[in-house]
Amino acid sequence: MTTDAPTDAETDLAVELRNVDKAFYGVKANDNVNFRLARGEVHALLGENGAGKSTLCSILAGLYRPDAGEMFLNGAPTVFKSPKDALASGVGMIYQHFRLVPNLTVAENFALGHPSTGIRLDQKKLQEEAAELGDRYGLPIDPSARIWQLSVGEQQRVEILKLLYRNVDVLILDEPTAVLTPQESKQLFKTMRQMADEGRSVIFVSHKLREVKEVSDSVTVLRHGRNVGGVATADAEAEDLARMMVGRDLVLPARTDTTQPGSVVLAVTDLRVEGDRGLEVVSGVSFEVRAGEIVGIAGVSGNGQRELALGLNGLRTPTAGRVFITNFDVTKASVLAHIYAGMSYVPQNRLGVGLAPGLTTEENLALKAFRQPPYSRGRRLVPSAFRSEGARQIEQYDVRGVRPGLPIRLLSGGNLQKALIAREIEMGPKVLILHSPTRGLDVGATQTVRQLALAERARGVGVLLISEDLDELLALSDRLLVMYEGEIVGQMNTEDATAERLGLLMAGKRQGEQT
Amino acid sequence: MNDTQLILTMFAAVGLGTPLIFATVGEIITERAGILNLGVQGMMLIGAVTGFWGTFQTGNLVFGVVIAMVCGAALSAVHAFTSITLRVNQIVSGLALALFGSGLASFLGRAGSEPLVGHPSRAQFEPIFTGGIADIPIVGPLLFGHDPLVYLSWLVAGAASYYLFRTRMGLSLRAVGEDPASAEAAGVHVSKVRYVHVLIGGALAGLGGAYFSLALTPTWQDDPIGAAGWIAIALVILASWRPWRAVFAAYLFGAAERVQFTLQTLGEPWSDIPSTLLAMLPFILAIIAMIVLTSGKRARLLGAPSALGVPYFREQR
Ligand SMILES: Nc1ncnc2c1ncn2[C@@H]1O[C@H](COP(=O)(O)OP(=O)(O)OP(=O)(O)O)[C@@H](O)[C@H]1O
Ligand SMILES: [Mg+2]
Repeated sequence: MTTDAPTDAETDLAVELRNVDKAFYGVKANDNVNFRLARGEVHALLGENGAGKSTLCSILAGLYRPDAGEMFLNGAPTVFKSPKDALASGVGMIYQHFRLVPNLTVAENFALGHPSTGIRLDQKKLQEEAAELGDRYGLPIDPSARIWQLSVGEQQRVEILKLLYRNVDVLILDEPTAVLTPQESKQLFKTMRQMADEGRSVIFVSHKLREVKEVSDSVTVLRHGRNVGGVATADAEAEDLARMMVGRDLVLPARTDTTQPGSVVLAVTDLRVEGDRGLEVVSGVSFEVRAGEIVGIAGVSGNGQRELALGLNGLRTPTAGRVFITNFDVTKASVLAHIYAGMSYVPQNRLGVGLAPGLTTEENLALKAFRQPPYSRGRRLVPSAFRSEGARQIEQYDVRGVRPGLPIRLLSGGNLQKALIAREIEMGPKVLILHSPTRGLDVGATQTVRQLALAERARGVGVLLISEDLDELLALSDRLLVMYEGEIVGQMNTEDATAERLGLLMAGKRQGEQT
Repeated sequence: MNDTQLILTMFAAVGLGTPLIFATVGEIITERAGILNLGVQGMMLIGAVTGFWGTFQTGNLVFGVVIAMVCGAALSAVHAFTSITLRVNQIVSGLALALFGSGLASFLGRAGSEPLVGHPSRAQFEPIFTGGIADIPIVGPLLFGHDPLVYLSWLVAGAASYYLFRTRMGLSLRAVGEDPASAEAAGVHVSKVRYVHVLIGGALAGLGGAYFSLALTPTWQDDPIGAAGWIAIALVILASWRPWRAVFAAYLFGAAERVQFTLQTLGEPWSDIPSTLLAMLPFILAIIAMIVLTSGKRARLLGAPSALGVPYFREQR
């Protein structure tokens, strides 16, 4: 944290924003924001979904042009016209949705846009440089692998190294841990600390207050696009930070009772499903979900969870095995047949699989039920029902930021998720599959989603909760299954489960092998 | 068909294929940047007429070719502006360009007190090598019997291939066509890359057009290029966006075109087939090749740029 003779606080600032405004379609995403980033610090940026964190980061990284306001880099007024300018000045960002070209190699992604001289693309030299950089920072990578072949954790490693390859002094990480396993997050924090110790500055966005407490030096909180205050991390407890974010006290709901579950609503026997590249990634999975219970599936992502969910709801036909919803065999049935049999599905990929990004919120809310009254009469749609039903659900499920007539993709992550869950619950399902339902959501939205899941359980729905978030699994589930390399490697009642035990199973240590 | 006919067919295929190579490689470069330019027919026609005009005025072939390339690029600049800056639908813009270019070319050919139409060219491209190596049986004519633009087309395809896969700028180009948002975040100037390569595509289409009016049929007529512009667009898919494959795709098409002429001259029973049906042969071939190539799992290996035809706006979400 030392710099050459800091005379006063001003000269120790890496970046400063003054009175920055940015509006989208008339809605202010950043409203007169002031922000100061000191050299050599890890600075956490907190705020609810839609508070304007990504917008602020994108302005710093040159992706968005602010409508008003000034930026100072090392004390000098600066304007970034593009990410290229920002990178040239040593400011780089890792976006919430990674920005890597999927079918290029790791080394090619490093070289892309790099201002080095020479026209020839020397693959061999590039790969050597990339591997060397990875070794230096303890982030091993395979430089000749294509991005689509990598896990999200590996992709993030590539993103970080890509910026280090550019030698950035200011590193912006927008919700980097949302897709990481606890172990990967630990490693990331180590890297962040290392960079801060080298005199670089790190901006860290996260909804997980525990992580903010663990890794950051100071915190800035945004609410509705405004900066509502900053503190040194050491001076604030997690509860204080939560209150600053949402303006009220928050308690995350958890399952409290142990009800007797009812009849079996979802029965799966020896299910086998192929992955995107034709290899079997679900290898003989069997389990049951009963009415009125939440069954959690723990596991590091990429162990077949996504394909399991696809196989269960008919989006991908299983190669073997059986799936029953109540007593209907839906193994090879269409998606529509699954829906009519009573299955609802909240996929991990909210935009794209869950919601149609280009349709309005009302249309998305009706996307499954539109074949029936009140949405249609005979073959004709009833527009007024779309509006009235839409308005009711938006109100009831607290979906915020809806702008009539505009596509749903403009909503923030938390509100997208609330809309999606609203639609699935409104179908009145017997089985509800929730895949990473609170990933990327703020504490307020997480609270709402958890409450909804528990309410469905109380209503007698069988809920299958697929998640990597151990806290959430332990708080909500009645029973837990652990998935590893396409198989169920462990089962237990939540009462008998601990984070350590689950962690071992998730890492591939079978129940019998544990000591 | 006997041996001489086979060689004649192959030789003619090279001639007929050459303008297609220029236009197809140009469109490959354009599409690799993520821009679909369906205006190839218009750009080729403009190249054909302006190239002819340039040579007609000066007697200089190189001048004609340069004019054709500049005018082809100028026309493609319209498409670049509408699709990159204004972000309008690229299909609409490209089709409009094709119609506009065709109309304009035909008008230019008839405009003025001394219209070009019906005039033979003052100069035309001739084979470089005469005698010597060009007289070696079979390989002589096939390898050394061509005019300079044929060799230029090989050079262009080779250079495009090297550029795309072996240079830093080629990497930026591919990235912009695959994933402009990621390219931008990595510090690539997406609009600039797109503009430059749409213009290069336009220039090559103009050059392809000029090959018709300055080498293949060095006279100005109203419809000098047939459907070459549309065929080039199909050949891009056939070549799976790789410049070298464009050479083979273009020659395959050239051969099919030639074969249907040859069949008509073979006498019974071939001459009984209506010539209009035979004229369909190359197109049927193209359709079959496309179906075979784009069906099933192979489609994914084809390598169409993922962001092809999708307007990019930096602040879009
Ligand atoms: N490119 C865009 N186009 C339109 N609206 C946008 C765009 N980016 C952000 N917004 C809007 O601006 C507001 C702030 O969004 P932003 O993504 O900055 O929030 P955030 O704090 O990062 O939220 P999250 O925690 O969900 O990531 C939201 O209302 C969002 O809908
Ligand atoms: Mg965000």
